[in-house]
Amino acid sequence: MRLLLLLPFLGLLLVPLYNFTEPTLLGIPFFYWYQLAWVPVTSLLIWIVYRHGSRRGEE
Amino acid sequence: MDGHVNWTALSVFIFFFVLVTVLGFAASRWQRGGSDHKGAHLDEWGLGGRNFGAWITWFLVGGDFYTAYTVIAVPALVYAVGAYGFFALPYTILVYPIVFLIMPRLWKAAHREGHVTAADVVYGRYGSRTLELAVALTGVVATMPYIALQLVGMEVVIKALGLTGELPLAAAFAILALYTYSAGLRAPALIAFVKDVMIYIVVLVAVVLVPMKLGGYAAVFSAAGDAFAAKGGATGLTLKPQQMLPFATLALGSALAAFMYPHTLTGIFAAKDADTIRKNAVFLPAYTVLLGLIALLGFMAYAAGITVKNNNDVVPALFNALFPSWFSGFAFSAIAIGALVPAAVMSIGAANLFTRNIWKPYVDKEVTPAGEAKVAKIVSLVVKLGALVFILALPTKFALDLQLLGGLWILQTFPAVVFGLGKRRMSAGALLAGWATGMTLGTWLAFSDGLKPVHTLMVGDASYAVYTGLLALCVNIVVSGVVQLLVRTGRRDLEMPGVTR
Repeated sequence: MRLLLLLPFLGLLLVPLYNFTEPTLLGIPFFYWYQLAWVPVTSLLIWIVYRHGSRRGEE
Repeated sequence: MDGHVNWTALSVFIFFFVLVTVLGFAASRWQRGGSDHKGAHLDEWGLGGRNFGAWITWFLVGGDFYTAYTVIAVPALVYAVGAYGFFALPYTILVYPIVFLIMPRLWKAAHREGHVTAADVVYGRYGSRTLELAVALTGVVATMPYIALQLVGMEVVIKALGLTGELPLAAAFAILALYTYSAGLRAPALIAFVKDVMIYIVVLVAVVLVPMKLGGYAAVFSAAGDAFAAKGGATGLTLKPQQMLPFATLALGSALAAFMYPHTLTGIFAAKDADTIRKNAVFLPAYTVLLGLIALLGFMAYAAGITVKNNNDVVPALFNALFPSWFSGFAFSAIAIGALVPAAVMSIGAANLFTRNIWKPYVDKEVTPAGEAKVAKIVSLVVKLGALVFILALPTKFALDLQLLGGLWILQTFPAVVFGLGKRRMSAGALLAGWATGMTLGTWLAFSDGLKPVHTLMVGDASYAVYTGLLALCVNIVVSGVVQLLVRTGRRDLEMPGVTR
């Protein structure tokens, strides 16, 4: 489960994945909205790991 | 910006400043009672009684980590260079998986033994006064210029209100120093509510209204793109190929360093349980959305046709140009109050370190808990006064350079603070050797590169530019590992001939 937390590192540190302007969203280049999109995704991933941990009774 | 005092904005500004001053002094009575040891104790003043639940922690850490300087400097960097300045975004995203994995354990280690600082935890784990001192000194030294930069943030908005001279800044800081002295960590925790709500309002209004006035985000980005094309060099709406590695390493290195600072750790240690910290790792990224939107203000300045002499003036200039003066006043007070919260927590964090890890072991071994609280309160005043003198007497560039070095230095305490949380224990000597190597190498590289954060490595014909702090951390860890191996094999050789213990 904790391996899910590696995803933001892969998604954000491999810069060639997102270093371009197209496609734009509401006029915002891809480079910017892609990174902003990782904010809720990272929150969600941490939440999933948190839920999984607290169900297993982690203190 | 034209030297005229903006009375409407100034009145709004003073109203909110008085409001938080009252709150600051009232805070000493707030959230008291749940804690076991009342009265004069460092836990009370320096950690708010270790009783902050998820909401208070969210506001406190959010208000303390996303500083006023960030609100000024990130858009300024984006305005100056474009995409490269946006590294603050991946940085403030990646920090949360790290917080989630490490900080609940650190909190538990601190809570079990009643530790107040990271250096306490290190001493508790390794029993080495030298390693404790290394961590404590690094923390204090790295925090001082950071406090000074909060003053730079305040200076910028005070100037934008049309006020001149150094008196307003000194007055604002004196008020801050007094209520921090009387209320401790409770003051910034309570003020953080007001500050954060204000900042959220300002940013949401700005990101909706400013593009509407300027013809939409497409127009904003095309204006910025044209400006960067005209400017040339390593600027633009996307990264140049040679900027990608610095971008990624700066983001990762800053994320690893962020919660090694005394002010962020103070927020963590003040939480009432480990679960509070885990929940906060889920919800604190909301502030990162805000930071990303604030960063875009740097692009909006181009569409609004703003030109500034000093990049740091770009946000106030944008607000003054586009908003009625009462709203500018509101925005500027949000930024100025935004400087007070981190400055208070930073001075408390530094004061805790000094008291627990320098004063107690070296000056007064028999100090009582009440005595500790007293020393810490006085040190918090000294630290803030020092920052004020620093910023008034020395050029701002010096504070910026030192803050850059501070980030590099604090990152070198990562192995000592974090590695001890696992089951396997390294020796204090190995960690100390790694720390000393990382500090020396990092500082030397930073100076030889003309105080730039990025160092270029040559491997054969290829060159790789990476964040110097991260490079020094890698060397730090390798040296620690090698020394550890040498010590262990050395000990085994010694033990071989004799009977094992």
